[in-house]
Amino acid sequence: MESLMVVLVGVLVSVGTYLILSRNIIRIILGTAVLSHAVHLLILTVGGLKTGGVPVLGQKDGPFTDALPQALILTAIVISFATTALLLVLAYRVYKTNGTDDVSELRGMPDE
Amino acid sequence: MNNIIVLPLIIPIMTAVILVFLRNNIILQRIISLITMVFVTAISILLLLNVEADGIMKIDFGGWLPPFGILFVADSFSLLLVITANIVAILCLIYSFSTIGFRHENMFFYPFVLLLIAGVNGSFLTGDIFNLFVCFEVMLLASYVLIALGGEKVQLRESIKYVLINVVTSWIFLVALAYLYGTLKTLNMAHIAERVAEVGQDPLITTVAILFLIVFSIKAGLLLFFWLPGSYIVPPTAVQALFAALLTKVGVYALIRTFTLMFPLNQEVTHTLIGIMAGITIVLGCMGAMSGKDVYTIATYNVIIGVGFILIGLAAGTETALSGAIYYLIHDMLAKGLLFLLVGTMVYLTGETIVKRMSGLIQNYPLFGWIFFIVLLTLTGMPPFSGFVGKILIGQGAIEAGSYVLLTIGFASSIIVLYSLLRIFLASFFGETTVSEEDKKPIPKGVMVSFILFTIAIIYLGVGAESLSIYVQDAARTLINPSIYIDAILGEGI
Repeated sequence: MESLMVVLVGVLVSVGTYLILSRNIIRIILGTAVLSHAVHLLILTVGGLKTGGVPVLGQKDGPFTDALPQALILTAIVISFATTALLLVLAYRVYKTNGTDDVSELRGMPDE
Repeated sequence: MNNIIVLPLIIPIMTAVILVFLRNNIILQRIISLITMVFVTAISILLLLNVEADGIMKIDFGGWLPPFGILFVADSFSLLLVITANIVAILCLIYSFSTIGFRHENMFFYPFVLLLIAGVNGSFLTGDIFNLFVCFEVMLLASYVLIALGGEKVQLRESIKYVLINVVTSWIFLVALAYLYGTLKTLNMAHIAERVAEVGQDPLITTVAILFLIVFSIKAGLLLFFWLPGSYIVPPTAVQALFAALLTKVGVYALIRTFTLMFPLNQEVTHTLIGIMAGITIVLGCMGAMSGKDVYTIATYNVIIGVGFILIGLAAGTETALSGAIYYLIHDMLAKGLLFLLVGTMVYLTGETIVKRMSGLIQNYPLFGWIFFIVLLTLTGMPPFSGFVGKILIGQGAIEAGSYVLLTIGFASSIIVLYSLLRIFLASFFGETTVSEEDKKPIPKGVMVSFILFTIAIIYLGVGAESLSIYVQDAARTLINPSIYIDAILGEGI
């Protein structure tokens, strides 16, 4: 199962990287979202997927599954959610004021 | 008593939330934010005195003992930086009162500055590496808003690049955290240090360390500073000064903490790499500062030179070099903050950014001119001012460690800094004034107050270096002997 997850992480990272390298701002933002999913799965996988019972509740005597990666992912998901929301608003404003969503046209003038 | 360690994080956040509801009452917003910052500074000073008396303090949140819970740790190094960061923030706030304008104040400028400070303080104080990531994000989210606030064309264009680069960097941070957790099964910094010392720093752990090096280098502007010159010049002056003084320095703090506490064992690889990166950073920064035609470019490349110089201290790695790095870090926060405020005021007064198009400012504004001269001297490292002690100690440490190339590059960069700033001074401050007595804009009183307080801080740091030396030496001793830190955290836990 872990190997499968790692392959999935690899696929997501390559998709995300492909999207990030494109010129369209929306594609780049989608790329960052895909990348963040990939790293969340990576954190889950490195912690060991299901190594025992539910921790803390005391239904079993052990061994328990490590609950920490899930806490970490929860935090990371919230953060990436906030960042993506802000990025989308910012991208919209950039499109409105600069009149383009192509990053190669957002380079800036040499005389500025 | 140790409950107050959390206050530098929690008070700015709570005040920021309250200020959101006081949107229309701008005078009250100013007063509350200023009082908050002064209060937090006072608490940090109290904490520093306490740490000096009783040793490292910590607070385990929710009573979860380390290594299981999240904790905040107050040692001399982090507290010195917290105090400096808060003082810089107070002075930038005073500057912004009279310059930032109604549009910003009405659009939650002060709450976001407080959130930025909360993130910076949290990053300095936390003892858990995942919590460091969270505090970084708090700081960065506030900075994303501050850099884009105002909504001008150039500003939005640069801010989207800044945000995207930082999002990808945070992603690399998470990847590094995942690998670290996979290899060592812990996130508590002291516990990581202990585990690394137990199993030895094998190639896998060194690889994880280098991932952290990449992340913090992008944040600090060490070698990977490609994003910095573009994005630091677009926001309003007060925000520029806050960014230049605080954001890169948090990255520098994280680098120093990571490579003295957690991954100190494989120094041939990591510290050599940091040394090479610092050297190249300084050379590239010098080239940028010399080639810059406008004041903003020269000032931003000076930030980059400063980062490179501090990290020479880390690369050398002796106790003297580290105390030099701490001194220089404190000095650089104050001096770069003031430099950006001065440069922004020059642009405000003349309406020009190109150095050659300004002239004779010192005739119209004598005090302003002399303060610029003091900043020039302190950034070059002249004796009575604050840069001197740090430069001497870093140089001494580099000689002890035998890294003469870095020493040469570091001290040669002082001449370039002198050249680049002296060029501004000669072209813009001396010469015939182009503005007649009637046309000249007055400098607002708040701005002068902020400049004078900054200058007093810089002179105090230079002349009164002796009074700070016990704290700096204690901080450097803790950095060079990680066991002091580890024992203070894990001693009673397990």
